[in-house]
Amino acid sequence: MKSGIDTSEMAKKYEAVIGLEVHAQLLTETKMFCRCSTKFGSEPNTQTCQVCIGMPGVLPVMNRKAIEYAIRTGLAMNCRIASYSRFARKNYFYPDLPKNYQISQYELPLCEGGFIEILVDNEVKRIGITRIHMEEDAGKNIHEGRGDYSFVDFNRTGVPLMEIVSEPDLRSPGEAAEYMKKLRAILRYLGVCDGNMEQGSLRCDANISIRPVGQKEFGTRTELKNINSFKFVEKALEYEIKRQISIVEEGGKIIQQTRLWDSAAGITQSMRSKEEAHDYRYFPDPDLPPVLVGQQWIGEIKSMLPELPDEKRNRFISQYNLPEYDAELITSEKAVADWFEKAIEAGGHSKTVSNWMMGELMRMLNEENKSIEEILIKPWQMAEMLRLIEDGTISGKIAKMVFDEMYRTGKNAAEIVSEKGLVQISDTGEIQKAVDEVLAKNPAEVERFKSGDEKLIGFFVGQVMKLTKGKANPKVLNDLLRQKLSK
Amino acid sequence: MTILDLRPLLDNRDITAREILDDIYRRIDAVEDRVKAFITITKDEAYQMAKEAQDAIISTRMSLLTGIPIAVKDNMCTKGILTTCASKILNNFVPPYESTVTGKLKNQQYCLVGKTNLDEFAMGSSTENSGFHTSRNPWDLFCVPGGSSGGSAAAVAAGECIAAIGSDTGGSIRQPASLCGVVGLKPTYGRVSRYGLVAFASSLDQIGPITKNVSDAAAMLTVIAGHDHLDSTSAPVATSDYAGALGKDIKSLRIGIPKEFFIEGIDKDVREAVNAAIRKIESLGATVIEVSLPHTAYAIATYYILATSEASSNLGRYDGVKYGYRESGKDLIEMYMNTRAKGFGSEVKRRIMLGTYALSSGYYDAYYKKAQQVRTLIRRDFDNAFKEVDVIVTPTSPTPAFKIGEKATDPLQMYLSDIFTISVNLAGAPGISIPCGFTRDNLPVGLQIIGKHFDEETVLKTAYAYEQSTEWHLRRPPL
Repeated sequence: MKSGIDTSEMAKKYEAVIGLEVHAQLLTETKMFCRCSTKFGSEPNTQTCQVCIGMPGVLPVMNRKAIEYAIRTGLAMNCRIASYSRFARKNYFYPDLPKNYQISQYELPLCEGGFIEILVDNEVKRIGITRIHMEEDAGKNIHEGRGDYSFVDFNRTGVPLMEIVSEPDLRSPGEAAEYMKKLRAILRYLGVCDGNMEQGSLRCDANISIRPVGQKEFGTRTELKNINSFKFVEKALEYEIKRQISIVEEGGKIIQQTRLWDSAAGITQSMRSKEEAHDYRYFPDPDLPPVLVGQQWIGEIKSMLPELPDEKRNRFISQYNLPEYDAELITSEKAVADWFEKAIEAGGHSKTVSNWMMGELMRMLNEENKSIEEILIKPWQMAEMLRLIEDGTISGKIAKMVFDEMYRTGKNAAEIVSEKGLVQISDTGEIQKAVDEVLAKNPAEVERFKSGDEKLIGFFVGQVMKLTKGKANPKVLNDLLRQKLSK
Repeated sequence: MTILDLRPLLDNRDITAREILDDIYRRIDAVEDRVKAFITITKDEAYQMAKEAQDAIISTRMSLLTGIPIAVKDNMCTKGILTTCASKILNNFVPPYESTVTGKLKNQQYCLVGKTNLDEFAMGSSTENSGFHTSRNPWDLFCVPGGSSGGSAAAVAAGECIAAIGSDTGGSIRQPASLCGVVGLKPTYGRVSRYGLVAFASSLDQIGPITKNVSDAAAMLTVIAGHDHLDSTSAPVATSDYAGALGKDIKSLRIGIPKEFFIEGIDKDVREAVNAAIRKIESLGATVIEVSLPHTAYAIATYYILATSEASSNLGRYDGVKYGYRESGKDLIEMYMNTRAKGFGSEVKRRIMLGTYALSSGYYDAYYKKAQQVRTLIRRDFDNAFKEVDVIVTPTSPTPAFKIGEKATDPLQMYLSDIFTISVNLAGAPGISIPCGFTRDNLPVGLQIIGKHFDEETVLKTAYAYEQSTEWHLRRPPL
């Protein structure tokens, strides 16, 4: 980055125009055009056959499930489903592409003209989906540790992909990240893609340009490739925006080119310019008949669509009185939303459950990088624990300890409370004794409090809690302290 | 001897599969060094298959082709057996899978005599483009056998097999059958599975039989026809017992003669033989009607855009990375270039370049897209003609077999050799070539009979009725 330019100041003069091309690997059991397994992480070249390694004379046969998944996605994203679409060949030479052409859709994609909605500053913003088309994945070149040779693993070759292309409707890296999150949530709700960016089952390329605020025409765009985690979506775009702004500010011109995001260096680097762009020589694949999709099939797929993140969020707001923020977060993963509803069914109060889930539970999940399906604690156990708080058996503070123990062991709250003697002390006499003891030990502080330093109340509470090992009922304790000190 | 001659002899155990093979290999030993029909002779495999065939016959599990020695064009994958496409770039390729068609033959315990020569990747009309050698016409060893299935046609004509399998993209079964005086049938596009046929031009390629007479062609078609779940372009259309449809009269048939096909440049002897054949068919009671196929003049140009475009993509996979021939280089790009420069012959490279050009951005609309539109017009020509007639009759090739080397340096002249067969591939229709006479130089002349889509029955019926009223198909070359 050129120095000496205050990019944050400049940034206000410009707005970014961003469109994303997202590749999503479909969760079919077999590949797009042969019957090899799509399982991730097997020994190289153990999931291959003559068809996916492009031997002479072999022919592709479409995977109906993959087409169904793409239609399901198109419907969930409000697209028109083409009754007639075609596969084409995209020709280029690369060792990971055994036929030296990729079967993809070009002129006639399966889905067109949809949208998804994201929240920007608590406002709903609609992001257009230009098209969703299907294609086959390429293999993987392995260059490391083999001396002068590179090797190719064809296990991934032919795995079905959807390419979801957005309109250039995104105006900031933050919006792009929100869009990716929503897209991933929808794909996971639909069960068509696991959304794992690190393993490459969800990949993102970005087209980005800048223009002075208020200008209608788009600037010259660059395409960013190799953005392979959620974190990098924002980082790569932020970097690229700064880069483009500083070029324009210095009187330079943006060159239309493809740039590679280097996550280690945190920069984008030129890969090839427009002049060097491939001529892919697309033409309809003569080995495959057109994809014909009837209204009846579309109807069947539509009738089996699950409740989607936006619908669920809206229902959670109205049915459970959740604030929009909570509802959005809780419904971002279907499994989390299901967990929430089970906790409610078991008698939990919605806002309390939501607080505990968004606070303690999410923190623990993030710390251990676990999904909610993997944990020991069950929704009804949380509901039971919340009842113990409500009826005064334990304090909120103790509850955090209890919850931690539940999370680690899967034990019930009541069991932990009785095992560890954590029942809250609400008996006034016992607390009174502790209060007296604390006040007697700290005459100086008592003096200062009485002369107006009311903040010291916290100090006294802390001392009593220490004495009672945190079990004193906070309300009772507070009342007693104030009574005593006002005398 | 034909398939249908041998069938009862085998089934009654008057002769064994092994004895037939002995005869075939004796014949090969006697003539192959002159005809050079084969790239690979699979003697060991054939005798093993003969043993299985005999077992099947003994336990009366025999089928139509059990124990019949058949040659297969070397662009069809045969599991465990070298499959080269007559190209250096596949000179060491042994497929780990079987093509659907040879798989069907195997299920009937046929005996694979060998893999026959062809123009490299089936691109050519003479076998002169073979990466290994040129086959010769058994009727005149100085002449080409035609192509690209020249090896298969020559092997049948020379008696080196009982029947053969070929493939036809623009005439590659019919033209060599015509030049070698045998029967060659190109079925409707989609009638026979292409799985395991090394692709040249996917929307035009079709596998078919080359045989000594029409009955054998019908028998072979009965075995190889049918929908295949491994080939999405194979048609889910019912097949029938094609041999069973033969022998019926053709009195009510309407025969179309396309006026655009009887043009200048047809060899005089060919013209006379074909005209005589048409009169013969008329004499059998069929009605002859002139029809028009107005877009015929565009067929060759259309074909050479579409076929080369598809080929340029289909042949991309031969890059030295995964299988076949590799020529090293200092980096990946140079390895690609060296491999393809040395692995492919000049005609293949010419077509890859033509096709690459036709598909390039900026040219796509003017060439590929336009050619697709013209193809539709050509198909419509046939549809319209078939509203008036049941079959269309034409010469198969404008000339008899030409001298080796005569057209080898003039690709355009060579392309004209397929002028009467190419539009049939563009239309996707079935067509057969059958012997219909000889030139003054004693070279065979072929008659092409074209039918409606999936109406091989009428094509075969017409061919059979004509064949049974003549004796051209009984003549054998003076080898």
